[in-house]
Amino acid sequence: MKFSETWLREWVDPPVHRDELLEQLTMAGLEVDGVVPVSGAFSGVVVARVASVESHPDADKLAVCQVEDGEGSVQVVCGAPNVRAGLVTAFARVGAMLPGDFKIKKAKLRGVESRGMLCSAAELGLGDDHDGILELGEGAAVGADLRETLKLDDVSVDVDLTPNRGDCLSLRGLAREVGVLNNSAVSYPEIAPVTAVVEDVFPVTLEAPEGCPRYLGRVIRGIDTNGDSPAWLKERLRRCGLRSIDPVVDVTNYVMLELGQPMHAFDLRQLQQGIVVRMATSGEKLTLLDGKEVALDEDTLLITDAGGPVAIAGVMGGERSGVQPDTVDVFLECAFFAPLAVSGTARRYGLHTDASHRYERGVDSALQHQAMERATRLLLDIVGGEAGPVTETVDPEKLPVRATVRLRENRLNQLVGAPMSTSDVDEALKRLDFRLLDRDVTERDGVCWTIEAPSHRFDIEREADLVEEVVRIYGYNRVPARRPVTDLALRAVPLGQSAEADLKHFLASQGLQEAVTYSFVDPKLQDLLDPGTRSVALANPMSSEQSVMRTNMLAGLVGALQLNMSRQQERVRLFEVGLCFQPAADTDSVGEAGDRSVVRQQPLLAIVLSGASVPEGWNQGRDDVDFFDIKGLMDQVFDWAGLVDVSYVSRRDDVMHPGQAATVLLAGRPVGRLGRLHPEVETRLDVPRPIYFLEVEAGAVLRRGTRKYQAFSRYPSVRRDLALVVDEQVTAAEIERVVRETLGSVLTDFRVFDVYHGKGIDSNEKSLAVGLTLQDPSATLNEDQIAGYTEDVLAALQRGVNARLR
Amino acid sequence: MSTELERILDDAQAAVSAAEDERALDAVRVHYLGKKGQLTALLKNLGKLSPEERPQAGAAINAAKEHVQGWLASRKTALAAGQLEAALSADRVDVTLPGRRQTVGGLYPVTSVLLRIEAIFAGAGYDVVTGPEIEDDYHNFEALNIPAHHPARAMHDTFYFGDGTLLRTHTSPSQVHVMEQQAPPIRVICPGRVYRRDSDLTHSPMFQQVEGLVVDKGVSFADLKGTVIEFLQTFFERDLEVRFRPSYFPFTEPSAEVDVQCVHCLGNGCRVCSQTGWLEVMGCGLVHPRVLEMSGIDSEGYSGFAFGMGGDRLAMLLYEVDDLRLFYENDLRFLRQFN
Repeated sequence: MKFSETWLREWVDPPVHRDELLEQLTMAGLEVDGVVPVSGAFSGVVVARVASVESHPDADKLAVCQVEDGEGSVQVVCGAPNVRAGLVTAFARVGAMLPGDFKIKKAKLRGVESRGMLCSAAELGLGDDHDGILELGEGAAVGADLRETLKLDDVSVDVDLTPNRGDCLSLRGLAREVGVLNNSAVSYPEIAPVTAVVEDVFPVTLEAPEGCPRYLGRVIRGIDTNGDSPAWLKERLRRCGLRSIDPVVDVTNYVMLELGQPMHAFDLRQLQQGIVVRMATSGEKLTLLDGKEVALDEDTLLITDAGGPVAIAGVMGGERSGVQPDTVDVFLECAFFAPLAVSGTARRYGLHTDASHRYERGVDSALQHQAMERATRLLLDIVGGEAGPVTETVDPEKLPVRATVRLRENRLNQLVGAPMSTSDVDEALKRLDFRLLDRDVTERDGVCWTIEAPSHRFDIEREADLVEEVVRIYGYNRVPARRPVTDLALRAVPLGQSAEADLKHFLASQGLQEAVTYSFVDPKLQDLLDPGTRSVALANPMSSEQSVMRTNMLAGLVGALQLNMSRQQERVRLFEVGLCFQPAADTDSVGEAGDRSVVRQQPLLAIVLSGASVPEGWNQGRDDVDFFDIKGLMDQVFDWAGLVDVSYVSRRDDVMHPGQAATVLLAGRPVGRLGRLHPEVETRLDVPRPIYFLEVEAGAVLRRGTRKYQAFSRYPSVRRDLALVVDEQVTAAEIERVVRETLGSVLTDFRVFDVYHGKGIDSNEKSLAVGLTLQDPSATLNEDQIAGYTEDVLAALQRGVNARLR
Repeated sequence: MSTELERILDDAQAAVSAAEDERALDAVRVHYLGKKGQLTALLKNLGKLSPEERPQAGAAINAAKEHVQGWLASRKTALAAGQLEAALSADRVDVTLPGRRQTVGGLYPVTSVLLRIEAIFAGAGYDVVTGPEIEDDYHNFEALNIPAHHPARAMHDTFYFGDGTLLRTHTSPSQVHVMEQQAPPIRVICPGRVYRRDSDLTHSPMFQQVEGLVVDKGVSFADLKGTVIEFLQTFFERDLEVRFRPSYFPFTEPSAEVDVQCVHCLGNGCRVCSQTGWLEVMGCGLVHPRVLEMSGIDSEGYSGFAFGMGGDRLAMLLYEVDDLRLFYENDLRFLRQFN
């Protein structure tokens, strides 16, 4: 809501300066969002009268004028099309400063001397009208300073009002609030009824009284809409952020700004039979004032006549019945529409108007008569005509009920946390126009105030609302601050679970950088990285690149990786933990568009690696990452979590390299996958280097095996290395399993320290060198025992995987 | 005789000094002390002396032998030390070459900020709870006193899925879940991703929020103020001024916006605070009694407060980041600065 400070001060003029006044508004919850001077900075401009106009001897478009500026007659050359003898306008004398530090000097224009300048609105920073010089009207005193005459030491203030403060969407409401804050009297304007001089009325029927319980109408005959609105009216609208349209619309807008009541004027000649306020029926259409045709739905409250819809109630009028330049008779509408009838409608049709904004938040239901009289008076003054009587159609049952609310002193003090003085409460309630119905005292509750909320407040329903009002007027910043006192229960810290934060710190210690990527991704990218999976689509995405929920983490992390590579960051190691969204198993029995339970929201951990395995250095390798870098990270995460029953099996996966992809199993259950992206996918992503990734259920690695102490041997261990030759198909895991099963607890460590293909080994075989560490818990192993264990292992390996010593 | 001995001794001392390695030194030893060495020969000749002369001459020769042996030993030690020194010198490294390091990564800056907030509140006994990001209309709006068509819904530009579900627009639904599942006293912090259909210089369609909720007997606006002020001063590690402005959230009553003295200029006015000296950092209020009631909590017996703030916003203020979009690019040159 934009308003002019000067206008506000006509209603209420507390003894506070501008800055303090605006600070008061902000601190009362009416946040001041912007303050703009209503004109440019200028000086030396006065009201002057053009005494005579003669054409310039050498220029068709210029005129030589004699201007009376109160001190004498001055010759001025002017090019404005509207310059004429008798015009009272703005005159910048020689020496005047105009906006932009433009100094007016004596000049010769095409050989004719000009001592000063006649000014347009735009030249003075009074709007963007530069079609002609200002027309001030006969009343302005010639020679007076223009800034004083037009009260230009004014600002246009933009207040950002919260939805509960619809009562402040007018000068009247703002003045009331300022009066409350300063305990200053507000001078509400006298609005005298306009006596009807014609008898014409237009019938109104309310068929949807819940939405429209009160409808005032009035016929005004014989208006002349050919003139312009007067300068003062246009200027007030401008300072409140509205443009002048035509005199009738300007008047209804003015009343809306002044009192907070939106109104509408119909061209009476276009209305047929009578007004019916009703809900739309399906299939109805309406062409609006802005020329757009909308198909109406059944939840829309309409103003109709015998010919169909003429307006969407409280939102926008229709084209057919709008006031035209040749309109002679108008029908004025001044109604109360219930907030619920209008809210939603404007949004559904994408029509946010000044009227709908006010109706949604609540218009004072007792305001219609005043607003109608005010608008009538203004119209008659500006466009002439003869008014008929005001007709009121009302369903009193459906008008808003003023809430009766009880405020208890003890409850108030408990909620505030400090004792409030009862006289402060009395004062606040009185200033806010809350009607005191009862004030009693009980032992339990202390003083109890029972009040009725005024008709302009839609946000007072129960005690908490009064608590807020009382504290707001008292001042939030006067309430003391204290520490809450409460039972301090200890937090549960489960042994069997690690915190996500700990996991993130661990991953960071492994050289990974945490990323956070959008949860909605490009469906094309997702389809490339998770082909065949259905994803949950947004109904109203910002863009097609962010239109489906991620089903896994790849799209976001691969995107981050691409961005970094394109910015010359070639060694990328990122991880992310977050929810992924999978439509539950495609069993259509659950219902296609089903409920929320159909979407599984699962937290996943993902890592992507690309570029060098270790950072480049004079003494470090230069290899790129490979499968075993990503697998090593997975192993380390499980080690960190204390989880041992982990295994990996090769997997076939559409988006993964067929030879470098594994399923991760925890206690035999698949919990994730890891490996390289399929080279074809890499090519389609246009990344120059292989991408390795892992993706695992976060819940699986946040589970934590509880550590239990196990005694370790104090006797020496021995190590035996075996170079084995096995078939190419035999896996390291199979060999390890045979060794572990054969040796049992005497084996304290098993490692593979070499894998060899090539010279001396058959092409369908490979050599694996393994190191076994043996240790007995209660004795030193002797050579015979060691030899026995070695033989057992070799025999078992021979049987199990057909291994032989190299 | 004695002059000869002196001469031999002088020669031997010179020869030991001149020996440059162990072999030369051994040759010197053999030359003087070996079976055919010069001092050995003198001993052999003792027999030729008179019995009176023999003891004195023998003692002199033996003393000479000891001298030579001493010189040999110290020369040998010196040669060994020199050799070690030479060998170690050859092992010299360029101490200015870079060391071998492990790569160290780090947390996303907003994560660090959220963890900092959690830690501050955990110290006062708050639990950390998280919730789903796809919510139903009830938990995101209805249960928070925002019925359909409420103008406050316009404050939340919501992403919908077309089946009544939506992406949560705030972390407040987590509060509802907690109140539905837990009886008071309640003290929780709810961090997480939230979504609003808004994207420009200062808005991201996804951002991170933290909410706090306390429900207990006798909870007051003064408690809320104390908690919020102490939190902000703890978070920014300064005794910043804090002010509360009336505002409106359908789920709290009274409601307040909280401004903190600009952390950048300490209230003098600067670019960060748009010359106002204040930064709007959170919204808060006493939990609306209807919200308590809808979650099955007796609003006469209990009261509560709630507050909510943007993790991204606090991270921007703490780390002096001037462009929100940097948080969602994941450029390593940005992320690494907070390791």
